[in-house]
Amino acid sequence: MRKLHFHPCGNFREGYEQELTIYETDFGRTAVFLSLVLLFALVPVISGPYVLYVINIIGIASIAAIGLNILVGYTGQISLGHGAFFGVGAYAGAIFATALHVPFWVAVPCAGLVTALIGMIFGIPSVRLKGLYLTIATLAGQFIIEYVLVHWETLTKGTMGIVLPKATLFGISLEGDRAFFYIIFLSLILMTYIAVNIMRTRYGRAFVAIRDNDQAAEGMGIPIFRYKLLAFAISSFYAGFAGAIWAYYMISITTEPFNLGLSVEYLAMVIIGGMGNIAGSIFGATFITVLNEILRWLTDVFMNTGILQGVELSIAPIRELAFGFTIVLFILFEPRGLAEVWRIIRSSFRLWPFSY
Amino acid sequence: MDFLIQLLVNGISIGFLYGLAAMGFVMIFKSSSVLNFAHGELLAAGAFIFLTLVTWAKLPIFLAFVITLAGTFVLGFVIERLFLRPLIGEPLIYVIMLTVGLASIFKGLMLLIWGGNLYIYPDFLPAHLSIQMGSINIPPVYVISIVIGLLFLTLFGFFFKFSSQGIYMRSVADNQTASLSLGVNVRRVFALSWAIAALVAGMSGIILGIINGINVHDLSSVGLKVFPVVILGGLDSIGGAIVGGLIIGLLETFTGGYLSPSLRDVVPYIVLVFILLVRPYGLFGLVEIERV
Repeated sequence: MRKLHFHPCGNFREGYEQELTIYETDFGRTAVFLSLVLLFALVPVISGPYVLYVINIIGIASIAAIGLNILVGYTGQISLGHGAFFGVGAYAGAIFATALHVPFWVAVPCAGLVTALIGMIFGIPSVRLKGLYLTIATLAGQFIIEYVLVHWETLTKGTMGIVLPKATLFGISLEGDRAFFYIIFLSLILMTYIAVNIMRTRYGRAFVAIRDNDQAAEGMGIPIFRYKLLAFAISSFYAGFAGAIWAYYMISITTEPFNLGLSVEYLAMVIIGGMGNIAGSIFGATFITVLNEILRWLTDVFMNTGILQGVELSIAPIRELAFGFTIVLFILFEPRGLAEVWRIIRSSFRLWPFSY
Repeated sequence: MDFLIQLLVNGISIGFLYGLAAMGFVMIFKSSSVLNFAHGELLAAGAFIFLTLVTWAKLPIFLAFVITLAGTFVLGFVIERLFLRPLIGEPLIYVIMLTVGLASIFKGLMLLIWGGNLYIYPDFLPAHLSIQMGSINIPPVYVISIVIGLLFLTLFGFFFKFSSQGIYMRSVADNQTASLSLGVNVRRVFALSWAIAALVAGMSGIILGIINGINVHDLSSVGLKVFPVVILGGLDSIGGAIVGGLIIGLLETFTGGYLSPSLRDVVPYIVLVFILLVRPYGLFGLVEIERV
């Protein structure tokens, strides 16, 4: 076994291999593996149904947030249609399952592919011009997709929604939160693994180059628009994948949740977690989901105990406010998000007591 | 035939409003190239301040109007000072996300204060302003919106063309660093453009409120409809905003009248995608050619 080594006090990298390492120290690798083992062995056993439900939702949101981070954080293109693409994935999965009777493990990636295709259609306008046009195109995509989901009744059954069959995997029926916990987190690990490794290839480096300076990137021979479209397709694939799993988990879906608010929620996850940081997306997804649940719980408490009797209190405005404030405060005070906070905490432990 | 002409009139008046709303948006884009996602909330803020002044404080209409305009002007100033100034020099993506966050804050605040109900202003417009042509009736609100639209169009046209502040704004939008080096006070330009944009937004909010009633959700969704308008007209063209507004307004009313009312709200975005494909810089926008 190799000797465990720790962080050097500075950047002493001497080759590309060192630059490409995922775990800088063996300690980090061990910690990640240990926490994964703990996650799979302990969490589903000790947590109750509600907690497990929240954890599952966090897992699904993390997958979609990682996808958005590839687009926003690494390629520098803002998408305001991620919620709708999530919805496309959910509906694609549901239609594959009900109309075509496709098994679960085929339906989910296929839903991702369909979403990637539809995402690319809305990504095409950005081919013509650089800058903020993709943002506006995705905003249009959000509204058009919402409209199509509601009004294409032969396919999506409109506002009635679709009820999905039970998911089965290799003959095992997946039922309940615990079974889905394993499915969701195994796919989260897989998708994280893919995302981390895309970022280490030439594609990932091209994305980063486009974000940092697109003129220079084009000068270096990177076909910007092809790569932008690719980033957009990857990001939509993640959204569709997560959406399909969500549809199976929720059993019945309607068009309601996939609105602009959901898109903004995903953007908030990426910003709060940390743009250009895969682990940050998971932090952000956790933060927003837990924030949502806390706000719901708080309004319940206020409603039931009668502290604010007579005041018409509903969750919507408070949620909007809390959301807005977290986004604004993070941008103003910690633009690199929770991932940066986590790094600061770690390094202050490491450097103690001689940090200056 | 009457139906057609009535639709035409409605479309033009709504279009003028979209143009007015878009003008504030273009103002911000022209001076800082920021897409302002909180624009609809600024519209709603103007409408609600006016509502409170008229119904609750019972001020005379003219005074309430002037105070609302002053209030939205100050609001724009404060927004710039508190939230946007710390971000000067940061990547644009942060500024845009900040406006998304601001939109949430304002929407939440307004929902907390006024709730999600539909309010209407007391009837105060003089009836003799309405124009009667045969069987077609143009209500006074529409007349006023057209007059105000034309007024602001010429005002801003002259402002950007001849006043020194307007020229500073154009220079900052073109190249921030270069204009700094030539002695342009970039901070003041930003502050002023946000203040003026908020003022214009507030005023269009009031007129929209007179026509459709005042509701937080409706007004803030108008802020998103500004995007097709400005893309069609050209992101940096004030006149284009009006023309784009007119086209989108007409398109909406005609789709609503002849095809289906539910398609009405989506049509602008479908058009938007096509414009982005065919002529992304819009009808009157500056064509930027960049070669590597």
